[in-house]
Amino acid sequence: MSKVYIALQDNEESHYIVEAIEEDNADVTVIYQPAMIRIECEGHMVIKRETVEEKMGRDWEIPALHVNLITLGGNVDEDDDQLSLTWNN
Amino acid sequence: MTIEIKTATLEPIRNTFEHTRRRFGDKPASRYQEASYDIAPENNFHYRPMWQPDKLLNDPSRTAVVMEDWYAFRDPRQYYYGTYVQARAKLQEVTENNYAFFDKRGLAERLSEEVKEKVVRCLIPLRHMELGANMNNVLCSAYGTSTVLTQAFLYNGMDRLGIAQYLSRIGLLLDGNSAETLTKAKEHWMTDPAWQGLRRYTENTLVVEDWYEVFIAQDVVLDTLVYDLMYRQFDEVITEEGGSDLAMLIEFMQEWHKDTSRWVDATLKSTVAESDHNKELIGRWVAEWQEKAVADLAPLAEIAVGDDAVNACTEALNQRLAKAGL
Repeated sequence: MSKVYIALQDNEESHYIVEAIEEDNADVTVIYQPAMIRIECEGHMVIKRETVEEKMGRDWEIPALHVNLITLGGNVDEDDDQLSLTWNN
Repeated sequence: MTIEIKTATLEPIRNTFEHTRRRFGDKPASRYQEASYDIAPENNFHYRPMWQPDKLLNDPSRTAVVMEDWYAFRDPRQYYYGTYVQARAKLQEVTENNYAFFDKRGLAERLSEEVKEKVVRCLIPLRHMELGANMNNVLCSAYGTSTVLTQAFLYNGMDRLGIAQYLSRIGLLLDGNSAETLTKAKEHWMTDPAWQGLRRYTENTLVVEDWYEVFIAQDVVLDTLVYDLMYRQFDEVITEEGGSDLAMLIEFMQEWHKDTSRWVDATLKSTVAESDHNKELIGRWVAEWQEKAVADLAPLAEIAVGDDAVNACTEALNQRLAKAGL
């Protein structure tokens, strides 16, 4: 099966997002590259607004992900509370 | 000629400060962690303070509450100087717009004389309580243990000065900058029988020495009661009486209280969960101060809102206490 992935700029805000992704998705691999954090995982990955807000300690909206987003791979399903990446094969 | 671009990855030698690593492990730490945890000196002091030679600086025995680790707390808002200032600047910008709008459209003139008088009698004198709250929180900041708590106390103290100033500005908006309402409000605070209970309570908290008890008396008990009474129930009553424009001017206090309650609840919960000793001690303080506060607020609640008002805000306090495990 192909891997879904998301890459974020390596900064203060992204660390909270990465922490939230690690908590919500048990078997993700986090790869720290120069100035970039790549997170990949088999099949399915989800970013939940609630978890990110808890980590950051303030309100956060899913579209704010774009501020730090470099690239992503997978079919995107996005609503107000979560963004998930999947491959259908 | 071909150019080959290669990236070389340099692993940082250390991800964070040594004391932060000891607490959170060797990984990139957040600014909040670096700015808050294990910052205040705890040992190897040269001198004892001349004003209190039986204790050290930052001595944890300035309160009867015992914590194994005073850094077991966490501010859910994660405020250190940077985030705190940003959050308040945002809130203040909205509030300044509201005040400017209120002034520009002359909304004060649309309020009836009765509503104005009620605001001057029931709301504006609160600025004196806010000054007391400022001193109480700054005391906790000065004598408290661990930066993770004391910084939050200091922010709270500063916010209270801000709120006192906003209350004064409501007065100035109502009287066209003559400060007449402020003089009247001061008179209410000093002589009006409805206010004497709250004034006595505020003055009593100013002489308590145990800083954690001050936190319970002020931030937990009194603030929950007063903010529910004035900024929820009183707001509803004034809206009923045709003064709904006032809501624009007190939104800051409502938003602020929601924000601060998250920190107060988290702090209380961590302390109570630490040990039975703390639970019993805090339970006793809460009971003592709650009894006084409810009795002292009753006359004000009656003229500001009505008969049942004190019961409604006691209900709000009990709910918060239950969440903290008391």
